[in-house]
Amino acid sequence: MATTQEMELIDSAARAQQMMEEELHGEKMIINMGPQHPSTHGVLRVVLELDGEEILNAWPDVGYLHRGDEKIAENMTYTQFIPYTDRLDYIAPLANNVAYAYAVEKLLGIDVPPRCKYIRVICSELARISSHLLGIGCFGMDVGAMTVFLYTFREREKIYDLAECISGARFTTSYTRIGGLANDMPATFLPMVRQFLKEFPATIDEVDKLLSRNKIFIERTQEIGVLSKEDAIDLGVTGPCLRGSGVDWDLRKTHPYGGYENFDFDVPVGAVGDCYDRYLVRMEEMRQSVRILQQALDKLPDGPVNAPEAKIVLPEKKAVLTKMEELIHHFIAVTQGINAPPGEVYFSAENPKGELGFYIISKGGGTPHRLKIRAPSFVNLQMLPVVSRGHMVSDMVAILSSIDFVMGECDR
Amino acid sequence: MTPQEAVGKLKAQFAAAIGEPSEFRGEVTVSVTREQIAPVCQFLKKECGFDMLTDLAGVDNYGEDPRYEVDYLLYSFTHRCWLRLKITVPEDDLVVDSVTAVWRGADWQEREAFDMYGIRFRQHPNLKRILMWDGYPHHPLRKDFPLAGVPTELPETAVNAGIVETAPMLGGPFVAGSGTRSSLRKEPRQYDTIAEQQDKLKTPTKKESV
Repeated sequence: MATTQEMELIDSAARAQQMMEEELHGEKMIINMGPQHPSTHGVLRVVLELDGEEILNAWPDVGYLHRGDEKIAENMTYTQFIPYTDRLDYIAPLANNVAYAYAVEKLLGIDVPPRCKYIRVICSELARISSHLLGIGCFGMDVGAMTVFLYTFREREKIYDLAECISGARFTTSYTRIGGLANDMPATFLPMVRQFLKEFPATIDEVDKLLSRNKIFIERTQEIGVLSKEDAIDLGVTGPCLRGSGVDWDLRKTHPYGGYENFDFDVPVGAVGDCYDRYLVRMEEMRQSVRILQQALDKLPDGPVNAPEAKIVLPEKKAVLTKMEELIHHFIAVTQGINAPPGEVYFSAENPKGELGFYIISKGGGTPHRLKIRAPSFVNLQMLPVVSRGHMVSDMVAILSSIDFVMGECDR
Repeated sequence: MTPQEAVGKLKAQFAAAIGEPSEFRGEVTVSVTREQIAPVCQFLKKECGFDMLTDLAGVDNYGEDPRYEVDYLLYSFTHRCWLRLKITVPEDDLVVDSVTAVWRGADWQEREAFDMYGIRFRQHPNLKRILMWDGYPHHPLRKDFPLAGVPTELPETAVNAGIVETAPMLGGPFVAGSGTRSSLRKEPRQYDTIAEQQDKLKTPTKKESV
């Protein structure tokens, strides 16, 4: 059987052109970046397709820190899951505790007293400063400015001291409870925060002097990793990355929760959407957090920190030991958990990395039927291939730092 | 536009495919038939301004029929509101149309639902496991997957290959509830010797072989 074969005939000039291009571009190379790489801030692996130094494509590979938090949540009571929220975004555990507590409280339909809300605001903003300090410190170090890292970590140490003062732990705070807090703040806490607020703005100014107009830093970050407004929304990016791309959207302003409507603060928004804008947004957010903290300290109301609902909040130990009803409430809350109504709620809080959401499906009883964690780092990392295409390998380091993700939260 | 108005518009467009909206704690949920999810999402994005997919969650309602469920949470930057869509997926036909063509952000979220529940998303550009490793045989968030895990061979790698063991369950760190042992023994680090702990780990496997 005779077959005809189509052949592509290229004229010699075009062939020469093609050969030239092949010679110029050479072979494409696939390399691994991570999972053990200092600039991936944890165990992120990025597979890079390179043409020389230029990135043609990047495929992030996540899951190295997957611990099955969502599965674990389905098998324990709502209160027991609080320590697991510390280990999501472990740079800002206090903020995760707060977001989770509000999510369960929304499901239960209860409100916490004003003093509790103010303390939670203080916790969230301290966590935000702590997270941004690490983000900016590592950002500076990754692009060659070592000094900033030392300055920011000196301040983070003070925030760890504050966390220890209020919750008893520096790192794994587990400070909130469903319907309140583990304990009211100790008397020494307020003076410590005031002292911190007195010293901290000087450090922001120092970092500002070291980085914001630093020629090398600007060369490494401006026009690098530009994320357009449309791309950011389409990809579901939230937090400083979204605001860096020029979208004026902050859950604390657009959907105020936990008393944020009582505070006067501004939401910084970028213009270009490059690494430098994301850096500037974080710098300004720290200044705004200081403003919020000052207002919270000045207006801190008195009163109880726990909601009055006896079947949700554990009663006082003294009452448990002396009164029958409190003993029963305590026993049921500890052994069976808080009895939640059937239904599904989604609550999201503006965390340092973006929108941290908890989607809880309850079928009644003390354990969730499904608890989905909408982790900002997980969703934000999707922008990596979009923004890194066409840049150099060394720019990848700057882009990764500017996204500011935490793998504990990404992989859950 | 409020979420209720969006549902009204949806009903006018896709009458049969849309269920009755329900409201709980101020959140509007509406059920959609599985076949219509992609066009409904496209319509909501183009006509109602829901320009971001905030969250996508698979759910296993074990013991019910249809067994699986996928929940989409949409957000609108213009109207500043959320809307939740719900579809059910039967166990024998675990396929859903992908919405990656509507929002690119659905990519990883759908991969996660596939990884955890085995729900396949038709026309997804790159439907691979995302949190578990490639070649992992189970879907861990299904309700019939044991909390302790299943012994599974690790893929051959240059560094090490072996078997993933199950977590110690009885008295282990995960499960609350009254066990038969005293509370002192519940915490695995309370075991007197490592040997005792290893004995404890081995006993269930012996039972299985009998």
